[in-house]
Amino acid sequence: MIDTLRLTAEEARRLLDAREISGAELFAAYRTVIDERDEELHCYLHVCDDPGGDGLPIALKDVIGTKGIPTTAGSRILEGYVPVYDATVVERLKAQGLRILGKTNTDEFAMGSSTENSAYGPSHNPWDPSRVPGGSGGGSAAAVSAGLAPWALGSDTGGSIKQPSALCGNVGLRPTYGTVSRYGIVAFASSLDQVGPVARNVRDCAFLYSLIAGRDACDTTTVELPHPVELPEARDLKGVRIGVPKELNEAEGIEPGVTAAVQAATAELEKLGAEVEACSLPLSVEYGLACYYLISPSEASSNLARYDGVRYGYRADAEERLEMYERTRDEGFGDEPKRRIMVGTYALSAGYYDAYYGQAQKVRTVIKREHDALFERFDALVSPTSPTVAFPLGARTADPIAMYLSDLLTIPSCMAGLPGLSVPCGLSEGLPVGLQLVGPQFSENALFRIGHAFELAAGFDPVPERLRT
Amino acid sequence: MAIDREQLLHVAHLARLELREDEIERLERQLNDILEAVSKVSELDLSDVPPTAHPLDVVNVWEADEPRPCLTAEEALANAPERDGDFFKVPPGGAA
Repeated sequence: MIDTLRLTAEEARRLLDAREISGAELFAAYRTVIDERDEELHCYLHVCDDPGGDGLPIALKDVIGTKGIPTTAGSRILEGYVPVYDATVVERLKAQGLRILGKTNTDEFAMGSSTENSAYGPSHNPWDPSRVPGGSGGGSAAAVSAGLAPWALGSDTGGSIKQPSALCGNVGLRPTYGTVSRYGIVAFASSLDQVGPVARNVRDCAFLYSLIAGRDACDTTTVELPHPVELPEARDLKGVRIGVPKELNEAEGIEPGVTAAVQAATAELEKLGAEVEACSLPLSVEYGLACYYLISPSEASSNLARYDGVRYGYRADAEERLEMYERTRDEGFGDEPKRRIMVGTYALSAGYYDAYYGQAQKVRTVIKREHDALFERFDALVSPTSPTVAFPLGARTADPIAMYLSDLLTIPSCMAGLPGLSVPCGLSEGLPVGLQLVGPQFSENALFRIGHAFELAAGFDPVPERLRT
Repeated sequence: MAIDREQLLHVAHLARLELREDEIERLERQLNDILEAVSKVSELDLSDVPPTAHPLDVVNVWEADEPRPCLTAEEALANAPERDGDFFKVPPGGAA
């Protein structure tokens, strides 16, 4: 009997190597749990049959292009689209023998913080199905949390890996920009999008990252890792310098229970030997959200221009070509992509470019410089990942700006291209709280070390209470 | 900087979106809220600060220009909503 709620990828690999279980048994175990629990949780948009082999199963966010397997990005405009090639990350996973369990739910084009913008309906949080799993990668996070996959890939533009990982009690990494190929990924905001791992613990997260990272000739924005990925072993944090940015820890809207859990976690880091000191990111937090909500819609308005009903995806009936484009896009896109296309088109249009997009790019420089200066003194910065625990379905759908605030604490480091790891650090109101660790570019190994030592000391049980037996 | 109905329809046309009447009303309100929030970036005087378009210092990555296998015409057309032989078929262009 395989307990998919408790099985880590590392342990599954050991069982496969020792031939204590077969690849077919392992894949079937996850399929059985998906059949049992996914009707309630709606993590998957598409479930796959076992392609055979003895590699580990994995779930992929549905913005990741998979040859022969439908890829919708949570949008009607891509309904029925079946890619004719694999994304580079999928090629790399397949080369290691990994087998795709299915494609997970996402806010449409990864635009959202709850999966409620998915054209195919929201996913539910395994800790409390009346609440959101976070987003946009809520399907991947909920699937890992509920034992519907041992691990998964997500994508992160302003928090879409870290925030749902926090809300579901998982470990999620947004890698340094440029370390993971975007080739074959449905593009949202190209200067921000990064693919990354979601797992049940830090070692699994680090291992999965090692499988996908590195330069890809098909994505010229990628670079080779300066040093190989190291699976964390250390149990102490001697010599590690950790900064606690005031603005990320005291921002308006952070729930008291979240603050309490993160303060306890920070004290734990100190107990493990880290030097912990307060610091400040005055402009990054105050201006980060506005900067992000100019740059990402601007890039999105350009990237989403390709959905025109000509080469793939949905096409509306029309007599004339222009009418066909406009109607296809009106009927195919949901509200959030339309809002962002409109904001982005406006921000890039003649007369407004300098005041909006141009100014936001300068703010981006300011954010990067502020972080660079802190990393002369610190190895990592800590804060909550999300200001709140998982919120009820429907609570923020009527107010786009309230939804945008979900990413207040994850956005600044994304703008600077920095890696961020979310590790569970306790419960508030019975729901998981995520600790965000941000480091300088290419500092994933340091983040894994801190996250791993913390995770062992904290002893957080990642299995949702209601699913424990 | 507020956006009015006329500007909104102009932007929608630039973005090739045919909006329904209820969408126009809702978007006019929401876009103004969003633009007011993001206009915060104009509070800072950044005349001496260079823009950042990309977070890494990667410039001009070149590849040798050598032919290699790519998608066949059949693969490229596999998802076409409508095709005519080896062509994507679309409705005729109108007066616009």
